[in-house]
Amino acid sequence: MKLDLETRDRLLSIGFPILLLLLWELIVRIGWLDERFFSAPSTVLVALWTMTAKGELLGQLWLLPEAIAKNGWDGAIKILSEGHLWVSLFRIFGGFFLGAIPGIVLGVVMGMNRTVRVALDPVVSAVYVLPKIAILPLVMLIFGIGETSKIVVVGISSFFLVLINTTVGVRDIEPIFFEAAKNYGANRWQTFWHVIIPGALPVIFAGLRLSLGTALIVIIAAEFVAAQYGLGYLIWFSWQTLLTEKMFAGLVVIMILGALFTGGLQFIEHKLMPWQREERPATAEAKSV
Amino acid sequence: MKDEKLFIFHPSSFIFLVSIMAVKITTTNVSKFFPSRGRVVTAVKNFNLQVQEGEFVCIVGPSGCGKSTFLRILGGLTPVSSGEVQLVPSQSGAPLQSIVFQEYAIFPWKTVTDNVAFGLEMRGVAPKERRAIASDWLKKVGLTKFADCYPHQLSGGMKQRVSIARAFANDPEILLMDEPLGALDAQTRAVLQEELIRLWEASRKTVVYITHSIEESVFLGDRVILMTAHPGTFKSEFAIPFARPRAFELTGTPEFSRLTYAIWKELQGEVKRAMEQQQ
Repeated sequence: MKLDLETRDRLLSIGFPILLLLLWELIVRIGWLDERFFSAPSTVLVALWTMTAKGELLGQLWLLPEAIAKNGWDGAIKILSEGHLWVSLFRIFGGFFLGAIPGIVLGVVMGMNRTVRVALDPVVSAVYVLPKIAILPLVMLIFGIGETSKIVVVGISSFFLVLINTTVGVRDIEPIFFEAAKNYGANRWQTFWHVIIPGALPVIFAGLRLSLGTALIVIIAAEFVAAQYGLGYLIWFSWQTLLTEKMFAGLVVIMILGALFTGGLQFIEHKLMPWQREERPATAEAKSV
Repeated sequence: MKDEKLFIFHPSSFIFLVSIMAVKITTTNVSKFFPSRGRVVTAVKNFNLQVQEGEFVCIVGPSGCGKSTFLRILGGLTPVSSGEVQLVPSQSGAPLQSIVFQEYAIFPWKTVTDNVAFGLEMRGVAPKERRAIASDWLKKVGLTKFADCYPHQLSGGMKQRVSIARAFANDPEILLMDEPLGALDAQTRAVLQEELIRLWEASRKTVVYITHSIEESVFLGDRVILMTAHPGTFKSEFAIPFARPRAFELTGTPEFSRLTYAIWKELQGEVKRAMEQQQ
């Protein structure tokens, strides 16, 4: 029987990882890999389940209705803030929006205005190369050891990535589109909405994708050293206490998060930029296999 | 500020012009200099042009002669370095001029309908009305089926139809066309020339049409103006006597060939000079 290329690809891309996991399970079971350092996939799965059931990962969700009835929003927040996943997500998205929105605004200004661009470019380039986690201590000096400093660090890292991409995106818009807009009577505001934003959107989104990935890295690192909750803390603490299955469970959750972020952004991109959809069949790729 | 000065209209000259004829465009000694690597390059030199209302004027010149720059000056995208440009408005409310650009200057992020309605949208025409106007123009250029498509789904010829429809839908008093069919293959080009002449003969707007094709200029225009090689200036002009409405059969007649040949003989020297300059 001959499978068509697409079906074969799909089977291969699902089947091979499963094979790897089975192999891992087997090697641990027969004792070639030390169970204490490399938990078997089945053990990790069980750990994930118990952590969810005990409310470590998502908080004690079953207490939610009661808490909301008693204390409203505050009650709900209190319960969720005991789940490592929610805490990390809050920090990631808090920082992401804190950085991305001003990043887009200033990026458009830098893309359009030569004076601002020339003045800010060296500063931006200098700060950009700095690993953002390196300024966590400085940020903690300013904002203290609470939530704010973690969100600010993520915000700073998002800001520069989005800023640089937006600037490039705006600069790369073909001048003829500005000329067409001008000739057909567009004012500044109309030029912004009808030319600059849609013209730069694909590159802005590339920046958003990068910065969401970086946000994940930065927050995990920050939680390693300066937190009592969050996925980074979970991994770090599990390592220190040699609860390796929980450490792996944390890694799995982060992998799932990363995949969801990428998929979610792709979905939004698809909705927001219908003109970017490729109508052509991907024959080139299929042929090369 | 310099841009806007182009369109400032002097009442005194208006009375003067109207008293002779309905002159729509007048340029007087228009020159354009560009600074380039420490030198000053002259793109257009002392160019004089008068276009009557409802006239279809083609400007032909060798490549690099500054004919596109001249059109950009008329369209207010580039200020003049010296000289004067007057576009005379005759109705209020309608836009004075719209450009059909050389390359595919329709917005890739807008649907065909939104592209055609762009000028109307910028002028604040209500959504329902501008969609109706756009769909009417799409019908005229045979793109009704593609109304909701994005430009990347269209062929080159279709894209340029959208670009032409965008200009006509905006309903300006003057249409400025910058080699709108220059990037198309010969067959598509012939089809679009016929469509264009049909659209224009129905509306009789004032047109300045830039092209490097002599055949195209003779087929479309009432008058053909030749430009010299760089720096571009007025060389000579030919009146095109063929009756309208014109159809593609015209291009097969001996009169048509004689005229295109006469223009080619006149322009030949400039084209050679332009080629030498580029070496």
